[in-house]
Amino acid sequence: MKKIITPFVLVVLLGLIAWFGTAGLGLYTLFGVVLPYGAFATFIVGFTFKILSWAKSPVPFRIPTTAGQAKSLTWIKPNELESPSGAPGVLARMFLEVFFFRSLLRNSRASMVKGPRLVYVSDKSLWLAGLVFHWSFLIIFLRHYRIFAEQVPFFVPLLEAVDGFFEIVWYNEIHAVTLPGLYLTDALILVALTFLFLRRVLDTKVRFISLLQDYFPLYLILGIVITGSLMRYNLKVDVIAAKNLVQSLVHFHPDTSIQVGSIFYVHLFFVSTLAFYFPFSKLMHAGGVFMSPTRNLANNSRAKRHINPWNPTIKIRTYAEYEEDYRDKMKAVGLPLEKE
Amino acid sequence: MSKFAPKPAEMAAQMNQDYLVEKVKAHESDWMETPPEFRPGNWCYAPAPEVVESLGLDNPRKWSPDEEDWKLPADYKARIHQGMKERLDKNRAFKLFMDVCVRCGACADKCHFFLGTGDPKNMPVMRAELMRSVYRNDFTMAGKILKDWVGARKLTPEVVKEWFMYFYQCTECRRCSVFCPYGIDTAEITLMARELLHLLGVNINWILKPASDCNRTGNHLGIEPHTFTQVVESLVDDIEDVTGVSVNPTFNRKGAEVLFITPSGDAFAEPGLYTMMGYMLLFEHVGLDYTFSTYASEGGNFGLFTGNEVMKKLNAKMYHEAQRLGVKWILGGECGHMWRVVHQYMDTMNGPADFLETPINPITGTVFDFAKSTKMVHIAEFTADLIRNNKLKLDPKRNDHRVLTFHDSCNTSRGMGMIEEPRYILHKVANKFYEMPEKTIREQTFCCGSGSGLNTEEYMDIRMRGAFPRASAVKHVAERNGVNLLTAICAIDRVTLTAAMRYWNPGVEVSGLHELVGNALIMEGEKERDIDLREDDLELEEEE
Repeated sequence: MKKIITPFVLVVLLGLIAWFGTAGLGLYTLFGVVLPYGAFATFIVGFTFKILSWAKSPVPFRIPTTAGQAKSLTWIKPNELESPSGAPGVLARMFLEVFFFRSLLRNSRASMVKGPRLVYVSDKSLWLAGLVFHWSFLIIFLRHYRIFAEQVPFFVPLLEAVDGFFEIVWYNEIHAVTLPGLYLTDALILVALTFLFLRRVLDTKVRFISLLQDYFPLYLILGIVITGSLMRYNLKVDVIAAKNLVQSLVHFHPDTSIQVGSIFYVHLFFVSTLAFYFPFSKLMHAGGVFMSPTRNLANNSRAKRHINPWNPTIKIRTYAEYEEDYRDKMKAVGLPLEKE
Repeated sequence: MSKFAPKPAEMAAQMNQDYLVEKVKAHESDWMETPPEFRPGNWCYAPAPEVVESLGLDNPRKWSPDEEDWKLPADYKARIHQGMKERLDKNRAFKLFMDVCVRCGACADKCHFFLGTGDPKNMPVMRAELMRSVYRNDFTMAGKILKDWVGARKLTPEVVKEWFMYFYQCTECRRCSVFCPYGIDTAEITLMARELLHLLGVNINWILKPASDCNRTGNHLGIEPHTFTQVVESLVDDIEDVTGVSVNPTFNRKGAEVLFITPSGDAFAEPGLYTMMGYMLLFEHVGLDYTFSTYASEGGNFGLFTGNEVMKKLNAKMYHEAQRLGVKWILGGECGHMWRVVHQYMDTMNGPADFLETPINPITGTVFDFAKSTKMVHIAEFTADLIRNNKLKLDPKRNDHRVLTFHDSCNTSRGMGMIEEPRYILHKVANKFYEMPEKTIREQTFCCGSGSGLNTEEYMDIRMRGAFPRASAVKHVAERNGVNLLTAICAIDRVTLTAAMRYWNPGVEVSGLHELVGNALIMEGEKERDIDLREDDLELEEEE
């Protein structure tokens, strides 16, 4: 239980710290300016450093996982997605992997039934929850460009329109115009996160493998979603003030006089924590997924020589040495020899 | 039956009771405190000191995994730390795979050893965590500061023992990597773990002895040149007995067009030798100008299971011999891990083979473009090309006494992408061919349970458990379609699956692909074929 509870307590504490830090102690500059800057800088530097540290290690061998027919004889249909023979196939494979989590799509669940016999059933729940979570996260992030950018970019209203599809149906009669509509992604990300959390706790296998740092980002992102939603739907904050603060940060002229409601600082502190934590954690899979040699290499190692920069020089047992040791025996059975 | 495994009925009863896959208890985080338990049947013998020395590996000594003291070098921690650092700097896959796992659990029930044992440390993600925990402690800031809070732990002799147990309870089959959203390949981690364990002199005899023998004699079985030729010649006699045709293989012959290399198991172990007979019949049928080599008489490479340097050393013989003999290109026999090495490693390690020519099938004229750099062609590609071009006279009815299914070998499917060629050939040489369920074949195929050098007698308990997922799928088609022959293009499969079928599915035999080709080939001047290459009756009663 420790690894499930501890990070939860930790996230709650972080939230309380930001609340009291601002509402109680008035540390608006700390939570509104200093920490976000620090976290953002750590994120950029840490992320870059990690990518470079991976890039620095060479790929000695061409080791794609071939999950389909390779390009071989001309009349055998190759599977360019699963066993790409060149760059186009690799790009397609990577695109589907990064944007649609293709490998997870083939997930199955094995169970042992009386016999004993093994039975496999397709299980797309992890794929679906993962996809819904990541896409919702991305769309919510992009919607924030209403606040990040001075001029609201073209894609924001577009996303809002699609994402807020249910607005009219949901709110019109009861709340008239005072409440903003519910964004689909706000609900979906909550559902997905809840599923991912419950899966970790309830599936014995996943619970067994889970570490404290697997629960922490789940809680943290839940915290971000909840505080963000609260700001939008319940504890209203001065959106103009929030945007002014963010704009002042974006333009590196932090306006320390701006004060927004404390819920905003809790939200911001969670986001800062996530950014700070990111490069040191498994969240780096976001960068790592692009660099995996089992996925991003073409399966063409017999057609094109792959170079290993540290290919060691090895002393081999030569034929001459071999013949030297076995000459008489070889001669006796009439094997041709280099030296009689 | 082996004394190292319970009787099949006992094992089955135990599995029925435990429902192994569901057995994993939520132990919280105490996996780190659960030490490995060495009992008969779940560990492999240590190598003799001379064997370790002959390969130039560290810390040769007499020791045994079931003893308390493994006689590790005093500086074992420093050795592992340094070894890990070097490998992190030399291999991006290793470094990345230490960092990016999110423990989503997609791989958890994809491992045959997990499915067969129910041991949670056999979940691929856990296997990797055994090493990641030490990596975090030694190489990450979070691990150094927060210790076990972030799943970091120090290396101890207990951890070394745990690594030994579980990195020699992985067959490097790559099935998990097919399902991983980041392509994390446990085989890469196991390869690194085994290299690291070598630094402490922790390794197994069944891998090092063949590797050492292969270096000395040219093949894993330690067969010296005169014996090698004699054994092949005796197969020539068997071919004549069955078919009335005399084939004339040559050895170490300069000027042959093609050097043929196949795993030595094909020459020496049942049922592989029937496949060897099939090769020779095929070559005779099309008049291929080829030679065997006694020096490069091993297609397999136990170096792959040892470390990249031993792998390179053993593999180097192929090009070395091809150059000496002056052949144009190399043809390779049916073998799994051999083809992982040839396809993904050989050219990089020992190329460029610019003294060879882009392989051309002399019978059909087909240019094997896809092998233009490595210059080595798989026999299934060669034969499929021959059949496609109508160069073989085949009578598939001669395999009618068999109802067969095809086992994709891990390495050829997931480390090469050879899926369709063997199937194409099977459909042409046999009439009764049924596929196993789709989640157990092609890229999702299950390991035989004994790959990567674990096919040793004293490991029988784990081997039979590891073979269970494959056996379970075979049983399915045996019951539904009456399958009685499991065909594979891997020499290790041919031996290990034979044991596994005897254990789990008595009545199902195992064969190579070219054994069936050999049965079907209508040879010029052959006598009436009333027996197959195993000298079993064809039972060709006409049913009209």
